Amino acid sequence: MAGKTLYDKLWENHLVEQREDGSALIYIDRHLLHEVTSPQAFEGLRLAGRQPWRRDANLAVPDHNVPTDSAERAGGVAGIADPVSKLQVQTLDDNCEAFDIVEIDINDVRQGIVHVVGPEQGATLPGMTVVCGDSHTSTHGALGALAHGIGTSEVEHVLATQCLVQTKMKNLLVRVDGKLLPGVTAKDVALAIIGEIGTAGGTGYAIEFGGEVVRGLSMEGRMTLCNMSIEAGARMGMVAVDDVTLDYVRGRTYAPQGEQWDQAVAAWRDLHSEEDAVFDQVVVLQGEAIRPQVTWGTSPEMVLPIDGTVPDPAQIDDPTRRAATERALVYMGLKAGQSITDIPADKVFIGSCTNSRIEDLRAAAAVVKGRKVAASVKEALVVPGSGLVKQQAEAEGLDRIFIEAGLQWREPGCSMCLAMNADKLGPGEHCASTSNRNFEGRQGIGGRTHLVSPAMAAAAAISGHFVDVSTWEEA
Amino acid sequence: MKAFTVHEGLVGPMDRANVDTDMIIPKQFLKSIKRSGFGPNCFDELRYMDEGQPGQDCSTRPLNPDFPLNQSRYQGASVLLARENFGCGSSREHAPWALDDYGFRCVIAPSFADIFYNNCFKNGLLPVALPAAQVDQLFQEMYAAEGYTLTVDLSRQCVVTPSGAEFAFEVDAFRKHCLLNGLDDIGLTLESAESIRAFEQQHRERAPWVFGAIQ
Ligand code: SF4
Repeated sequence: MAGKTLYDKLWENHLVEQREDGSALIYIDRHLLHEVTSPQAFEGLRLAGRQPWRRDANLAVPDHNVPTDSAERAGGVAGIADPVSKLQVQTLDDNCEAFDIVEIDINDVRQGIVHVVGPEQGATLPGMTVVCGDSHTSTHGALGALAHGIGTSEVEHVLATQCLVQTKMKNLLVRVDGKLLPGVTAKDVALAIIGEIGTAGGTGYAIEFGGEVVRGLSMEGRMTLCNMSIEAGARMGMVAVDDVTLDYVRGRTYAPQGEQWDQAVAAWRDLHSEEDAVFDQVVVLQGEAIRPQVTWGTSPEMVLPIDGTVPDPAQIDDPTRRAATERALVYMGLKAGQSITDIPADKVFIGSCTNSRIEDLRAAAAVVKGRKVAASVKEALVVPGSGLVKQQAEAEGLDRIFIEAGLQWREPGCSMCLAMNADKLGPGEHCASTSNRNFEGRQGIGGRTHLVSPAMAAAAAISGHFVDVSTWEEA
Repeated sequence: MKAFTVHEGLVGPMDRANVDTDMIIPKQFLKSIKRSGFGPNCFDELRYMDEGQPGQDCSTRPLNPDFPLNQSRYQGASVLLARENFGCGSSREHAPWALDDYGFRCVIAPSFADIFYNNCFKNGLLPVALPAAQVDQLFQEMYAAEGYTLTVDLSRQCVVTPSGAEFAFEVDAFRKHCLLNGLDDIGLTLESAESIRAFEQQHRERAPWVFGAIQ
């Protein structure tokens, strides 16, 4: 019999009931909540007269609607200018209070994007099943956890039963061999993978990321990679536990300590695929072949290396793809054959659950240090992923570097990633963004998002257009 | 939850690949704390000429004449015909809520994003995946005949065209059972409360750090 994959092990460790019809009841260890997808779930509990099954499984934090402007932020919930956003954040506070759920609220220094806060607090740990009403819950798989997004009905289901009804996914191994060249980061790897397999390539699969490149990534980098599993069509992505994982988890607020830590480590050491495990599909990329990536279109799979040129629809045979390419070129205001480096960056956004951790901010700061944002750039935001990331960055003086270069230093939250608060693009504006989605209107109606790494976004801020950060120093 | 057994309805087109959840229901409407009333804002950015705001009366907004679902021949459509990777993007259940509130009972496409697919079943909306060539054929038949309807039969797992052709589709047994009977998932799971407690006890011994840390 073939050995088990990491996903197989995580699945089996949480299997409550296997049913004859192929579905299974899976136990959920950790449930994270935010203000956008939870109100209707709490309402459902109320209507049915139900209580949370296990309150210590839950942790809530508002992020999507939270203002990132310091002045507006200083007023707490009451200070949120948009009344609809305020109501949503207030509703989360009220529901957590009513159902006795621990919340890291807007005034808490630990507040931030739920996918940054979970691992940072040790609320998500290796070997856990982790869910949240948010598709980027895949991020937490970086710790060797089984983590995926769920809809609001499932949020209610988890609150009420601590379980989900699931069918097992197939196993996909994405292996990145070799080494990354200087200036190439986890974000570029994630985008290159999506470029390779497409936005539906992972549909129906649980992805495990492996290979020398992945082993060599920090936890921050692994989180960036797993974060974008959903853009590759997979609900979940994961990385096996190793010393990097353990070093990251040790000492975090909600992580086990003392004897329990040793016991946990012994269990976590088993969280990897067996040598003889068989995957339903394997995709291999070579690290050295990956260049810094930039998306040119309106789907994350519309991605090219920085030295690429925008595709020509006339050369695409498949009619659906050709139509999609034509539409994307019109929306993005680009011409077939145009060089990626000719695309302007009207705005720059460094942040989101993909790239707002300390390492991301360090990488961006290293690029802008001692330089100035180009005069043509209307706005450049740096939005740390959490209050603790912000503190750390300030302790290292990164905020000064950004401010001196002409970037804005903000309070933590989702911010311009989805433009639910005041941070957004105007029609036709091109944005160098470290977020994860470049859909039409994602960052504001008519806005044109180009997904890049933090270093690439920083270089675009300085140059006013996209540039190859890996050769940029000499230029 | 509404049950779904057999549905016959007018077919409307969403003829592009990778329709994401932002397109189905733009984020400004996610600020609602209710689960109803999203229909008028379904496909908002494609459907209207102006920028939609929550709480607005949509009946007086300028419609985009180029958006196919705005054409008179598709008014009252309850079966949405779409292309590959429909519903990609966020996990927001607002997407199936909006489609449902608009009046759709079924979406037919070559493929769906996983979370969206799953969310549909929770809301009595049936996603049907058919091979791309069959979807293409349905598109052609629909464009050729005004008033084109399809019958979607969940118990027999097939889509029946006006000429009587039948296209079979897959659906997993548990989801089918719940949808056919309009069952409340939570109630069903709670019937297994004893197994959950037994599992929890075992799990607590094996992984005590999972419990009690967040208080
Ligand atoms: S940062 Fe963006 S992708 Fe991440 S949770 Fe917030 S809105 Fe979603």
